[in-house]
Amino acid sequence: MSNAATSLTLDPARSAPPLSKARRWLRRYGLPAFGVLVIVSWVLVAALAPLLAPYAPAAVDVTARLHPPSAQHWLGTDALGRDIFTRLMFGARISLLTGAVVVLVSAVLGTLLGAIAAYARGRFEELIMRVTDLVLCFPPIILAMAIAAALGIGTFNTIVAMLVVWWPKFARLARSLVLVQRSQEYVEAAVVLGLSPARIVLRHIVPNAVGPLIVLVTLDVGNAIITFAGLSFLGLGVVPPTPEWGSMVSEGRELIEQWWVATFPGLAILSVVLGFNFLGDGIRDWLDPRSRRR
Amino acid sequence: MAHYLVSRLAMAAIMALLSTLVIFLLANTVPGDPVLSQLGDLAASNKEFVAEWRAKWGLDLPLWQRYLIFLERLAHGDLGISIASQRPVLRDIADFAPATIELASIAFLLSIAIGVPLGVLAAVRRDSWIDHVARLISLLGVSAPTFWLAFIVLALFYGGLQIAPGTGRIDTIALPPPSTTGLYLIDSALAGDWQLFRDALAHLILPSTVLAAATLGLITRTTRASMLDSLQQDFVRVARAKGLKERRIVVGHVLPNALIPVVTLGGLAYANLLTGAVMTETIFSWPGLGRYTFRSAVALDFPAIMGITLVVAVTYLFINLLVDISYALLDPRVVR
Amino acid sequence: MQQPPPGAGAPNTPVLEVRNLETQFFTEAGVLRAVDGVSFTVAAGETLGIVGESGSGKSVTASSLIRLLDEPGRIVGGEVSFQGRDVLAMTAEELRSLRGNAVAMVFQDPMTSLNPVLRVAQQMVETMMAHGRFDQATATERAVSLLGRMGITAPERAITGYPHQFSGGMRQRVMLAMGFSNEPVLLIADEPTTALDVTIQAQILDLISELNRDFNAAIILISHALGVIASVCQRVLVMYAGEVVEEGPTEAVLADPRHPYTWALINAVPRVDRAMPASKRLLTIEGSPPDPMHVTAGCRFQERCPFRIARCSEHPSLDEVADGRKARCWIARSGEPLPATAVAPAGQPATSAAAPRQPSEPPAGQQAPLLSVRGLVKHFTLPRQDLFGKRKIVRAVDGVDLDIARGETVGLVGESGCGKSTFARLVVRIHEPTAGSVVFAGNDIAQATAAEIRPLRRRMQMVFQDPYASLNPRMTVGDILSEPLQFHGLTSSPAATRARVEELLSAVGLTPRMIGRYPHEFSGGQRQRISIARALALEPEFIVADEPISSLDVNIQAQIINLLIDLQERLRLTYLFIAHDLAVVRHICDRIVVFYLGKVVEIARAHDLFTAPLHPYTRYLISAVPIPDAAAERRRQRLPLVGEPPSAIDPPSGCCFRTRCPIAKPVCAEVAPPLLPAGPGQGPEHVAACHFPGQF
Repeated sequence: MSNAATSLTLDPARSAPPLSKARRWLRRYGLPAFGVLVIVSWVLVAALAPLLAPYAPAAVDVTARLHPPSAQHWLGTDALGRDIFTRLMFGARISLLTGAVVVLVSAVLGTLLGAIAAYARGRFEELIMRVTDLVLCFPPIILAMAIAAALGIGTFNTIVAMLVVWWPKFARLARSLVLVQRSQEYVEAAVVLGLSPARIVLRHIVPNAVGPLIVLVTLDVGNAIITFAGLSFLGLGVVPPTPEWGSMVSEGRELIEQWWVATFPGLAILSVVLGFNFLGDGIRDWLDPRSRRR
Repeated sequence: MAHYLVSRLAMAAIMALLSTLVIFLLANTVPGDPVLSQLGDLAASNKEFVAEWRAKWGLDLPLWQRYLIFLERLAHGDLGISIASQRPVLRDIADFAPATIELASIAFLLSIAIGVPLGVLAAVRRDSWIDHVARLISLLGVSAPTFWLAFIVLALFYGGLQIAPGTGRIDTIALPPPSTTGLYLIDSALAGDWQLFRDALAHLILPSTVLAAATLGLITRTTRASMLDSLQQDFVRVARAKGLKERRIVVGHVLPNALIPVVTLGGLAYANLLTGAVMTETIFSWPGLGRYTFRSAVALDFPAIMGITLVVAVTYLFINLLVDISYALLDPRVVR
Repeated sequence: MQQPPPGAGAPNTPVLEVRNLETQFFTEAGVLRAVDGVSFTVAAGETLGIVGESGSGKSVTASSLIRLLDEPGRIVGGEVSFQGRDVLAMTAEELRSLRGNAVAMVFQDPMTSLNPVLRVAQQMVETMMAHGRFDQATATERAVSLLGRMGITAPERAITGYPHQFSGGMRQRVMLAMGFSNEPVLLIADEPTTALDVTIQAQILDLISELNRDFNAAIILISHALGVIASVCQRVLVMYAGEVVEEGPTEAVLADPRHPYTWALINAVPRVDRAMPASKRLLTIEGSPPDPMHVTAGCRFQERCPFRIARCSEHPSLDEVADGRKARCWIARSGEPLPATAVAPAGQPATSAAAPRQPSEPPAGQQAPLLSVRGLVKHFTLPRQDLFGKRKIVRAVDGVDLDIARGETVGLVGESGCGKSTFARLVVRIHEPTAGSVVFAGNDIAQATAAEIRPLRRRMQMVFQDPYASLNPRMTVGDILSEPLQFHGLTSSPAATRARVEELLSAVGLTPRMIGRYPHEFSGGQRQRISIARALALEPEFIVADEPISSLDVNIQAQIINLLIDLQERLRLTYLFIAHDLAVVRHICDRIVVFYLGKVVEIARAHDLFTAPLHPYTRYLISAVPIPDAAAERRRQRLPLVGEPPSAIDPPSGCCFRTRCPIAKPVCAEVAPPLLPAGPGQGPEHVAACHFPGQF
């Protein structure tokens, strides 16, 4: 049935039965709310891990190697007999922290550089944009891997490597947002009113440009968590005994019979990333007036 | 068009040159001394030996001269010697590339063949069950870590259900086909060995599906969004007012516009497939570039890592060049 | 070629009959009655105009005729009968074979109506082939000949092009060619010229009239402008709040409107062919149309009606009030005509009580001009197209001299792209000039730094074109108005600031209660008032108004014009008024500057410019403006200005207008004519840049 054909209905029964308020709320905010719930739960788990965890994260127990999930070990044990449930809870700390740090630092840095470039124009803009071009001409994870390898293994070094490849997209977005804002008539009006550049930027440009940035930041935390886990999987993220989801999957990657070793950390990553994606999509829909009516 | 093409080519060449500079600086200015790692601990403790080694490789020269030497060696295809395999990096790459090309091509075709129609249907039937399915697939595709997805699929279909073959490109007892292209599907077909062809194909199914997942999610999502955008354009209303059939409007008017942003995903898809290949090949013991990269990373095989990064960057530039060209072909407004 | 289906040929048999059409939009906020019981007929070959302000339901009516409604719009009642066939009962397939075949439609924005990635040929041919009337070869041939008929030069080559290679006017010609390709019985044109410049609008309107004659297709022309309707249509429907309020022959309706709304509509627009009497104020009606979600009982116009009587609380029907005339009004039933324009009825806004306007002081000589612009140039450098491409330069403003005296209102007119908005932004230093000087109150601000200009900012302000883009959406009205006050330290305390903000709001006709609201809660006209209040906050002497009324409905336009005139008298303001509507400019300006391709081609006092234009371009511009008077339109011979303005990237040598000028001679290509006093008896106040002034 074509859209045009359905647009005519003389039958009053078909004329858009209004959804109940609760269902409409659920339809619009259900997934984002679920995302928030997932994220908040993980943040709580990470914060309270030492209190909640049944074992110590590095407690090796050679008598209990590769035990399947049971009442003692809810999610089983790994090749060294460590409790996977415990390590999962402690692993949340590194994943959430690296995800947040990488995205927030590169967002602040990239946005500043991009916004200054757009505002200053001229040489500085050329320089910044050429540098972003250069960084963006490498596939991000491969470049991050090369840098991490060059700097040496360690959480801090991996974060630095990720920051190097992460900021350019924020710089680009911020620059284009500011360029759009600059030609808006209300910004021109602020110029004509003789307001200072700082005031124009803070009061008029930033509040109107910040929406897409927030969306990108939210969606990107999940991305950063996956990437860091991926680098850890490659052995470039954390130093071994540290519990981290990516390296936990890596440790279990050949244990097909003992599926629980790799499965649960992966599920943890999936749930966090989904949470941020739900939330990010929700914010985008909420900011986009076109999709607001649905 | 010719003008546009030449200009893009020149741009890509400049960026390629600059990327060699980045790689060179990365290899030569970072804390870990690449020479020391190449020499090994014993030799590195001998100061005279180190000095001699440095002089031999020109490492006592100023940075810019070393860069020129680096470029000259690069021009001869010399990317250095892998520590792990003790063979030239370029030879390693050439040996491992076909397996990855075969895997990635199939994954790429899969993700387009499924992603584009799925995105189109989701947009045309917005809020229907197919839209929800498409949304679920694309969300899972972009949210599930590839290395984990590969493990799950392998554990389920090979370990659990035992309906799929295990790791590797062919059965462990089978012999590879005579190498013409390095792609087992083509080579076995050329040799007329259909049993081997079937074997190779069966081994491709799981890893290529896993590899396709992330790209599929990306393509579905973008196609849907871009279709929805195009469906709202005025020319769609005009096409309806002209009395065109709905199918013709979608295929003939909306799709050509909606595909333009999808094409620009080319570069991103390549980066995705490549990273995915590292993870997937590692899990599936696929003897390709991805597993080579994984092994080099784990072993901190520095020359290999830098060599791979350079090859990958140049290929990436080439892919983006192709994207620019197809963009110009699809959108008449680009080239004036 | 097929003959039109039977039933279309016979005269007086209506091609289209619409009865009690009701179209509603089922939004989350409620049911919006966009079209509420509209009835009319269209005879074969007839031209019918539908006029009304935005939200009156005229466009939804047009779309409903071929059921081309977007969600959540639905036709909920009534009948649409086309050549005796019930359109509302048609299956999807029947409807499809009707659209683009017997009924064609042309839309408002030609820039987005064509598919950007398909060749023009394909888009035209598919229209013809979709209805199986032509094969590929015939259709292609026919497409070429139709494009030629629509006045596109070299149609064989043009047809192989993509839409982006065409200008807006050319694209609308393509749309018309497409519309006529299947020899329709009826063409629905929904605001087909609204997005076009006045000279191009004139070309397209003439073309539509010709096509009506040559193809004998009936035409429904939807427009917000009475002048447009007057120049094409035999009969007119006036719509208000989803209803037809008046119907009749265009000439009669315009000369003698019977419904008070029509009366107000006609009198709200200044006319390009007449000077206004002593008072420059336009007649306006208060308020705004009723909320289409909550329609009250009674006449929908009653709250704004200056002639309101007790019976108006009953809902009137559309009845015959004279021969061939219908109106939905109790007063009109008496058969009495409404008063002529000059007599201001009760309910006229208080502003008209102000003193008659003083003649402006002579602009030059006696005192130094407030603003003096010399040799002003602005070149924009376009980003490089590719690595080896040359950077192209747009000569947006290319050497302009202009003086504006204190208290004067200077109008700036020209087509889009002529540099008038850039000029405005140079004068207030949003853009930095490439060359030349801008002396404001004795200070050259052309190259001054932001800090040097800041003290002068208080004395010159700007009102912008788009009331939806010129207010920061995240600030309340109170914040918007108090920000400049506080920043410049004009008020000492929060209480003083608030008092001043309230004062500003009342000065522009808004109530202080609105202080806490956000811009999106206001209508376009109210937003423009806020924008004016913001400009007034710093108590400037000089205001640059960049097309301040072009995106507003006519009645709101009149209100804003009156407000601007009022403020000028009260505050002794000087205006630089930029517009493309010549009638408005003639109405409010003392002197007028005509721009073409970044250059001034003529400057004169308003009266002189309209009665004795010297530059050929000025004559064309004036001639292109449609007049809301069908009789005058018929008497008038419109001058056909051919072609489109050349690109400002590569302007013609010598005189910039020579490529379109009918009296161009070889000298025009070699020497750029200087701006000189010219013509018999013309003083230094009337200058034109033409080698042969007044000879056209």
